[in-house]
Amino acid sequence: MQNHFPFWKNLIILIVFVVGIIYALPNLYGNDPSVQLSSSTTTKLEQSKADKIEVSLKTVDLNLKSFEFNANKGKILARFHNTDDQLKAADFLRESVGRHLTVALNLAPATPEWLRALGASPMYLGLDLRGGVHFLMEVDMDAAIKQAEDRYNSDIRSALRAVKIRYQSISKENGFIRIKLKTEETKQATMDLLDDDFRELTVKEADEPLVLLVKLSENEQREIKNFALAQNMTTLRNRVNEIGVAEPVVQQQGDHRIVVQLPGIQDTTEAKNILGKTATLEYRLVDIEHDVQKAVEGSAPVGSRLYYEKNGSPILLKRHVIVTGDQVVDASSGFDQQGSSAVFITLNGIGAKKMGDMTHKNIGRPMAVIFVEYKSEIRIVDGKKIRHKEKIEKVISVATIRDSFSKRFQTTGLDNPMEARNLALMLRAGALAAPVDIVEERTVGPSLGQDNIDKGLMSVVVGFVLVLVFMAIYYKTFGLVANIALAFNLIVIVAVLSLLQATLTLPGIAGIVLTVGMAVDANVLIFERIKEEIKIGNTPQSSIFSGYEKAFATILDANITTLLVALVLFGFGSGAVKGFAVTLSIGILVSLFTAIWGTRMIINWIYGNRHIDKLSV
Amino acid sequence: MFKQNIDFLGKRKIALVFSSVLIISSIVSFAVNGMKLGIDFTGGTLVEVGYQQAADLTVLRTALDEEGFLDATVQNFGTTKDVLIRIKPREGVSNVELSTKILKIVNRNATEPATIRRVEFVGPQVGDELTEDGGLALLYSMFGILLYVAWRFEYKFSIGSVVALIHDVLITLGFFSILQMEFDLTVLAAVLAVIGYSLNDTIVVYDRIRENFRTLRKDSSENIMNISLNQTLSRTLMTSITTALVLIALAVLGGEIIHNFAIALLIGVGIGTYSSIYVASPVVLALGIVQKDLMVPIVEGEDIDFMP
Repeated sequence: MQNHFPFWKNLIILIVFVVGIIYALPNLYGNDPSVQLSSSTTTKLEQSKADKIEVSLKTVDLNLKSFEFNANKGKILARFHNTDDQLKAADFLRESVGRHLTVALNLAPATPEWLRALGASPMYLGLDLRGGVHFLMEVDMDAAIKQAEDRYNSDIRSALRAVKIRYQSISKENGFIRIKLKTEETKQATMDLLDDDFRELTVKEADEPLVLLVKLSENEQREIKNFALAQNMTTLRNRVNEIGVAEPVVQQQGDHRIVVQLPGIQDTTEAKNILGKTATLEYRLVDIEHDVQKAVEGSAPVGSRLYYEKNGSPILLKRHVIVTGDQVVDASSGFDQQGSSAVFITLNGIGAKKMGDMTHKNIGRPMAVIFVEYKSEIRIVDGKKIRHKEKIEKVISVATIRDSFSKRFQTTGLDNPMEARNLALMLRAGALAAPVDIVEERTVGPSLGQDNIDKGLMSVVVGFVLVLVFMAIYYKTFGLVANIALAFNLIVIVAVLSLLQATLTLPGIAGIVLTVGMAVDANVLIFERIKEEIKIGNTPQSSIFSGYEKAFATILDANITTLLVALVLFGFGSGAVKGFAVTLSIGILVSLFTAIWGTRMIINWIYGNRHIDKLSV
Repeated sequence: MFKQNIDFLGKRKIALVFSSVLIISSIVSFAVNGMKLGIDFTGGTLVEVGYQQAADLTVLRTALDEEGFLDATVQNFGTTKDVLIRIKPREGVSNVELSTKILKIVNRNATEPATIRRVEFVGPQVGDELTEDGGLALLYSMFGILLYVAWRFEYKFSIGSVVALIHDVLITLGFFSILQMEFDLTVLAAVLAVIGYSLNDTIVVYDRIRENFRTLRKDSSENIMNISLNQTLSRTLMTSITTALVLIALAVLGGEIIHNFAIALLIGVGIGTYSSIYVASPVVLALGIVQKDLMVPIVEGEDIDFMP
């Protein structure tokens, strides 16, 4: 029996069709303007707290659509009917709970409950469609290695001192740490010590007598780079959370770059400031034993360094740092009793102990707080990139220790509330392990994003209709069948994109438009083949049969090569191109299914199992 | 359908001249005009702002000049209300702060503030990498195709298809060079898609040539190719028309950002259709294809084409 599909084949096609419709459906519902709340510290938001927030929100004159608490993620999502209410609610929440919670505006998909229960959600729109910022940041690995060398430099010194090996000098030289010793015995002892305690270093003897050259092993260098990247990702993630973005993306790209995407953010200056900054605090004792004036003239005493206060007067500070920002576990900004900006700091155990000991021993002596900021940027000079680095140290306050304190205390002397707020944020989020540079930035405003969606949609619709009309005129009944398959094709593409949650971008939409044009190709091949078969005198039934059979190999060959190119495009990897490759590949695969089996099923229904004299093709 | 019997291969000398003229003009234009590369490849900063009313470009240019941005190009983008400002990578200035600075200048002289529609900054190192990766992507796809076609057909066919593809890519790029249209990342994607499309066309023709070589044993190679081209002609044209239809929709309605992408594809689809007829097959003929090359059934036994 020709031109009849077995029951199971029909069933599979219909199931794909129904599933496709269900998973494409969420895209028809819009978005709810909503506010997302999450904890700004590591402790998760609890049910009781969420309930309280819900009650307080209901006291405000707002039109709350729904209030959802996700206990697993510790997140609250409050949906509203319009953006006015959303903004009002966000302001209210920032004021009432903003100190402990991150408040972010969000556009949450308004997918109905029954669809969400099936795991259906709309396509994930790229930044060029929803608006937002995309940064590509490069981690300065040379700086990370250099920092590690510095650390080993001082570790080796203390290790040698600890076992009482006396050395002539330790210095850095062409990427090596150069140790000059005094005798052969100490040289041997040093080599043994390095072998035992510094396995991650490679040691070689220099041509020069009594000199050892120490270098980081390949393995250790890789470790350091991996650590710098991982640490920076964590820090960036923390900072992004502090900014309050609903669905941020922080992702590794290659072995030394990080992608940061902030949907909905408009103020890129602020975002750049917070992401790229390296700011911390240092607490040091003031050196009151030595004369400041002498230091100004150029002879600072060993163990102290000359600084200048805000008002310009010189001050001598001990080189020894009591605690640094690394030991801060929590920080918040606010005002002290006098009403000037302050940062409230909580230290970890080690930091608290150090601070406790030091303040206990030094009651009555002055202590200084130094604000340290590393500014680093790449400049192009004579076509070469040169990193311009600057360490800015500001003595922000000097105060007499009146009483010993350890875990919690406040630091004043910041210029304005903004500076205090940013410093608190930096301290909370942790420092960057190595400096980062923004090597690519792409910002799309919300108006352009909506424009892109509208224009993309319009081109899909118009292109689709043009193809429909053309096919119907040229191939008549068979054309109509191809059109049904084409519509089916579009629905399944949307469903697959929604299911995979692949990012849909403007070039991605272009890929869909192109697929619409090319998807009919398989049908054109089949229909032309059927026409030929009829021309050489075959019966309509056998023409349909051999038309489909003979065109199949050609269709496969032609599509595999296109798929090959789409894969190369995908591997190419850059955002715009990738989005196009994704939709193109999905489109090709789906079109194979719909154009070969989908149309065959319908054609079989129309012509199968009966006598026909003429085909409308 | 009407019976076609066009002597395509008889006109291959004319086609050779035509293709040569296009390719030589493209190469001359590369040498003389070069490509107008977008910031994706050159690096630099691009700011698109939207005004409430038609923007006064002269005022904006003067303001930018005064601030030392002498190399800034200012132009309308799509509508008179939208303005695109481009700045080359600068020496001695951090690029990160550039976009912020530009926005300040834009809004300083405006009665009503312009809104940011788009900011793009691409660091020079990223631009260089993209250029390199783009070239590699072109090479890889060509190489993959060479292997696949050699495996499925025969090496003469794979050379024919790659010659046709290089032909298409050169001419599409040539158009962009001659018309000095901006070549950015999306256009590169379009050029790669052109490779996919043109190849699709070529494969369909080759498939039919292979089939006919096996069934119409007595004809000359040239005749068999002509018959194959005629048999696939209406399919070639139909698919080109439907694809061109959607591309026209995209070029007209898709907006400025996607416009050059659509144009590149349109040119490519046109050239690709031509090359699958007048370049891919004549090359195979010139390489001296004979029936014997295709007579041995190719590895797979299930090849449907081989059935009578």
